[in-house]
Amino acid sequence: MHTEGKDHAELADIFNKDEKRVDWHDETLWFIRAKRDKAVHQLPEWEDLRNTASQIKHNVLSNLDKYLVEFEAQAQANGITVHWAADAAEHNRIVHQLIKDEGVTQMVKSKSMLTEECGLNEYLAEHGIEVIDSDLGERIVQLAKEPPSHIVLPCIHKKKGEIGDLFHMYLGTPSGLDDPQQLTEAARIHLRDTFLTRKVALTGVNFAIAETGEFVVCTNEGNADMGAHLANVHIACMGIEKIIPQRKHLSVFLRLLTRSATGQPITTYSSHFKKPREGQQMHLVLVDNGRTVQLGREEFRNSLKCIRCGACMNTCPVYRRSGGHSYHTAVAGPIGSILAPNLDMKKYADLPFASTLCGSCSNVCPVKIDIHDQLYKWRQVLVKEGYAPTVKKVGMQVMTTTLNSPTVYRLAGKMGRIVMKYAPFAVNNGLNPWYKNRDMPEPPKESFGEWYKKNRK
Amino acid sequence: MRVGLFIPCYVDQFYPGAAIATLQLLEKLGVEVVYPANQTCCGQPMANSGFEHLTHGCNELFIKNFDGFDYIVAPSGSCVLHVRDHLHDDKQEDKAKDVRSRVYELTTFLTDVLKVKSLPAKFPHKVGMHQSCHGQRGLHISSMSELVAPSFSKPGSLLAMVEGIEIVPLNRIDECCGFGGTFCVAEEAVSAKMGKDRVDDHLEHGAEYITGVDMSCLMHMEGILKRKGSKVKVLHIAQILNGSPTP
Repeated sequence: MHTEGKDHAELADIFNKDEKRVDWHDETLWFIRAKRDKAVHQLPEWEDLRNTASQIKHNVLSNLDKYLVEFEAQAQANGITVHWAADAAEHNRIVHQLIKDEGVTQMVKSKSMLTEECGLNEYLAEHGIEVIDSDLGERIVQLAKEPPSHIVLPCIHKKKGEIGDLFHMYLGTPSGLDDPQQLTEAARIHLRDTFLTRKVALTGVNFAIAETGEFVVCTNEGNADMGAHLANVHIACMGIEKIIPQRKHLSVFLRLLTRSATGQPITTYSSHFKKPREGQQMHLVLVDNGRTVQLGREEFRNSLKCIRCGACMNTCPVYRRSGGHSYHTAVAGPIGSILAPNLDMKKYADLPFASTLCGSCSNVCPVKIDIHDQLYKWRQVLVKEGYAPTVKKVGMQVMTTTLNSPTVYRLAGKMGRIVMKYAPFAVNNGLNPWYKNRDMPEPPKESFGEWYKKNRK
Repeated sequence: MRVGLFIPCYVDQFYPGAAIATLQLLEKLGVEVVYPANQTCCGQPMANSGFEHLTHGCNELFIKNFDGFDYIVAPSGSCVLHVRDHLHDDKQEDKAKDVRSRVYELTTFLTDVLKVKSLPAKFPHKVGMHQSCHGQRGLHISSMSELVAPSFSKPGSLLAMVEGIEIVPLNRIDECCGFGGTFCVAEEAVSAKMGKDRVDDHLEHGAEYITGVDMSCLMHMEGILKRKGSKVKVLHIAQILNGSPTP
């Protein structure tokens, strides 16, 4: 498809040059998918939970305006300062201003895919603010100067030895270290120093409860809590779709989130933030950045139900063999491929095509987003908007003309089989992408139609 | 009962053996089968590539060919799913709706409509059963590993009626083979890798044949098997159920 610069197929082609690495990447993620299966099969009510979550989110999306206003009022009553950002740029400016107001040039940040989507780290770096990511995986990719390749497992594409090399270079560990325990210990020491010295901490938000004005942050490392509890200023950034109506709904999502993500029953830490402690400031930035546009696209509205568990990535056979970076967007994989074109159709026109529409993503989705159907629908929209390459357009026209006429179809089929039989070099060559790794089918002497005419009439 | 036989374009052109087996099998089971000669394609290659707006001619032709049959049966989950989900015609939507509701994938037709309880077929070989995604997840012809639900398989229950057959277990029971229509050329690297991995799972478990309900997935895997120089063959499930595996 016509994209600016990067294209999934080209990037995945590069990733596939190292087949052993692809195998390792695939097996690592499949291991997590298998863990997920084991975890969900322990709950006979699993499909009911998915239905319930999907319906709660349906309610939220249908009444988003109401819930957002309710949430804001409750949060303000709790002493939280609420900010609204229409887009990524405004979000970044707000966060930057809050850091400046505190008179510091450093910040510690726990996991937030929203800030990745908004390019916050780059923005702050350009403005002289040092950001240290405190999620271990995020810290690793940050040292490697790469974006996360997976929303829950940001450095799943990196091997232990590569992490050892990065730590050797940046954290002064001995060279050649690849023991996970020793590497984790080194990261712990490094991050502890960060937590103790940062006056501003930023976290993401997993769930925001309209009824009470509180928000919940889920981590396995406790790093969000470490950052937020030690800082003078806690900034939490959330997309406006993170709302759930009432506290009682939370249990449904907490049960679904990590079982889907990693196969754990629940995150190690599910931290509830309701009000700033004495002397602390708590700021909440509510970000639209295209979400209301997607809300208005009826066919794609369901994508806003996403709770960012990453299950669709782990199960996706294409993602597992492409690597997250091939998706060239903050949220990779199947869900990212239906979110990204909403942000920029031209830039991400290739992504809805990076799928076989196998449907596994929709089946693992804890909120039952019809992901593969939306991928199909995006294809139709993108082609109509003119983002199909000319070669493809011409090819499809020729195919249509052929298939619209039984006579032309039969003739073309016959010719095709003759060419394959007597001039196989015309199809078995480097210009035919099929032939690169696969043989062509052997042409039969007659089509079924021809056989039928002789044998049944 | 009059059944219209819908043979997908690439099966017609490249795998007539699968089509002949489908026809013979249905006839053996006492069904009156008619193959409308003017059929071409269901339009899926265009639709899945984003060109659904170009499928009107195919849809019209499909309705013209298959209107009026009690059932329409095809040896393909993928093409049937496309017809079920996407066949429309503004000028005759009633007929389109009727066609959509009458179209069946072969094994589903055998288990759900004909309620076949036995088959006169023998196939004393080790066979790997490939679950094609569109049939499985789209048409629910077998249970899906992602869902918490009872396990079942319509093609599996039919293969169990074949004398001497041994179905080999697989590490990943329903992973996609990577064919994906135009995906196989547009995303050549990933598609080929998926196909290789899928084939290796079957080979690792000693399959002598790989079968399934969709010839397109089998064509993809056959291309990879041949490139490897493997002696393992692909057969459409109709060819095994019909008891005459050679085309």
